Amino acid sequence: MLDKVIFYFFAGIAVASAVLTVTRRNAVHSAIFLITALLATAGIFLQLRAEFLFIVQIILYVGGIMVLFVFVIMLVNLDVAVRQIQFARQKWVALVISLALAAQVGLMFWSSGRMPGQGLPVLAAAPADKLPPNSEEVAKSLFSSYLLPFEIASVLLLVAMVGAVVMAKKRT
Amino acid sequence: MLPIGHYLFLGLALFIIGVIGVVTRRNVIIVLMSIELILNAVNINLVAFSRLYGDVAGQVFALFIIADAAAEATVGLGIIIAFFRNRETVLADEMDLLKW
Amino acid sequence: MQAVTQGTIEFLKLYWAPLLCGVVIVAFLPLIVGYVVLVERKLMADMQARLGPMRVGPHGLLQPIADAVKLLIKEDIIPEDADKLVFWLAPVLSVGAALLSLAGIAIGPAFQIAKDINIGILFVVGVSAMGIFGIVLGGWASNSHYSLMGALRSAAQLVSYETAAGMALVSGLLFAGTLNITSIVEAQRQQGIWFGLLAPVAFFTYLVASIAETNRAPFDLPEAESELVAGYMTEFSGFRWSLYFLAEYTNMIVVASVATTLFLGGWLRPFPRTQWLNFLDFLPPLLMVAIGLYCLVRVPKQPARVQQFFMVAVAGLCFFLALVLAVPVLVPVVNPSLAAGVKPLYEGIHGSFWFLFKVSAYLYFFMWLRFTLPRYRFDQLMRLGWHFLIPLSIINVLVIGIAMIVGTYLHLEGWWLLLATLPASIIALLIALFILAAEQKSGQQQAGGAASDSYAG
Repeated sequence: MLDKVIFYFFAGIAVASAVLTVTRRNAVHSAIFLITALLATAGIFLQLRAEFLFIVQIILYVGGIMVLFVFVIMLVNLDVAVRQIQFARQKWVALVISLALAAQVGLMFWSSGRMPGQGLPVLAAAPADKLPPNSEEVAKSLFSSYLLPFEIASVLLLVAMVGAVVMAKKRT
Repeated sequence: MLPIGHYLFLGLALFIIGVIGVVTRRNVIIVLMSIELILNAVNINLVAFSRLYGDVAGQVFALFIIADAAAEATVGLGIIIAFFRNRETVLADEMDLLKW
Repeated sequence: MQAVTQGTIEFLKLYWAPLLCGVVIVAFLPLIVGYVVLVERKLMADMQARLGPMRVGPHGLLQPIADAVKLLIKEDIIPEDADKLVFWLAPVLSVGAALLSLAGIAIGPAFQIAKDINIGILFVVGVSAMGIFGIVLGGWASNSHYSLMGALRSAAQLVSYETAAGMALVSGLLFAGTLNITSIVEAQRQQGIWFGLLAPVAFFTYLVASIAETNRAPFDLPEAESELVAGYMTEFSGFRWSLYFLAEYTNMIVVASVATTLFLGGWLRPFPRTQWLNFLDFLPPLLMVAIGLYCLVRVPKQPARVQQFFMVAVAGLCFFLALVLAVPVLVPVVNPSLAAGVKPLYEGIHGSFWFLFKVSAYLYFFMWLRFTLPRYRFDQLMRLGWHFLIPLSIINVLVIGIAMIVGTYLHLEGWWLLLATLPASIIALLIALFILAAEQKSGQQQAGGAASDSYAG
């Protein structure tokens, strides 16, 4: 019951602020609503008992990436951009894409309901007394089975860092 | 407890909103933010399935996606700063120097 | 409907105690912060050989309340061109993040609002880092150049010093092997040594980075009054301004608590496992008695009757605290059979005493620095962060890890682990200094080259 309440609460916030993110005229307002959406998603992670991902989402996404976004928005002064037309003429493309996606998922649900004994699986209830230590489990998995992807990710981050520095550097 | 469909629908909703943002907005920074929304929607699905199967692999992949999002945001914002310095605009359809 | 009420009752049963604690903390924190500010002003006055606030109440003791009343009844000004919503939101964000992060902090083994979180210390650090949005958005929403400059500086400063602070925390966490705050302190009890001694470089890095993160002098560039008026809070007045103020001091308490938990042994007394130093347990009550006696001695020197009465009251409070602190250590001496029963009492009372003592010492160090050092320039600040602290903390994680491996092979434990980690810390420091020197050299060469070019042109 509590799970349901928490899920609907955070899901509602996430969807509402996502809509506001893409519709606001001012980029700073967009960023604020994106932060809200990301925090609500972090709440959903917590509801799914992924504590470590919850805090990574807050530290990295909200505390790192979004600070960068806000910083850049303030650096490039957008007073002019606020007064211009905000939407490109691609409404129909957007409509078609979203309808196609929705139809695809709808088809999946419809077919899963049709097959005998194959309705949607329900998440198991969490153990009442003590949860398994999430960050330890993630670490074990990350540094044993997924060590190579981890190293590749670090190389990717290094490349991104060098790229960002080169892009943003003033040409002398 | 909740069926997996709830999480899938939430992911779908965020994904579609993100796609709409990417396709329709003119401001490149908001386009980048919409991409973050899309990545976030994917993360929700991954974590939900990780919980469903009791395997942390999904959470590990979500971690990789967050790292990827960080890389994408830094490079993207670097490009935006460089472009703004040259052309004084952040609107996607004014970035038409290579278009003839 | 019945399910809903059932759920609500269950919810309250599970959460009423933390909720109550939270409400109490939120209610009392402004008062505590007010008195921290008073202590700071008194300290500053002492270091500058003057008296500080003396008028309101005996020795200015009611000054925080007067200040609070003044701030509350001041006019609330919102600038004409400000972004109203964001202007309203920003201080709330700042103070909300700071208060929320207090939930993860444990004052004693039993005194923690959110008990036994798996991600413990990361929760505290991550949530308190969100306060930066309050600063950045507040500076942007005021629609003023000084504010925006302060906000941009603050964003740059916090992002760069957070890396160093996080890496320093990682070095400390390597010894603990867990993120849970209670387990971190228990690990220090097992080792019998504070992690701050095992990883002095990490502690130093965290100390510097935490000053920068809380925007304190000498790193208070975002609110440098000589350059930027008041930085991001230039346009804020009255209650909104005091919210920022509350957030800043709460953040100081939070970083001090994190440092205390990870590097200074949390609620453990110094040398927690050395038996022959057990007399240290008698130190807190004796300290309280000493303060009380000092107050009594000073009574005849007070000019007014009110102040004499006040001094006696303070002495009485000290004696009461001494009594409370003495009970758990004296009872086992008098009657050893009661030792086991008194143990939790000892943990709770003496634990809180040591924790608060360490936090106050950390805060005192902050204030001391503020009154001693001149403010850095912004490029100096950035160079210190990126060229020294970040390389230092990253190298430190590496060498501390190697030292831990060496320690496991040689079966070093407790104080003997210092044999492995101290050389490692020195090596890290030397490498970082070498990098700094090399970079300064190349920087000078570049600058020299540019100068000669301009002369040639």
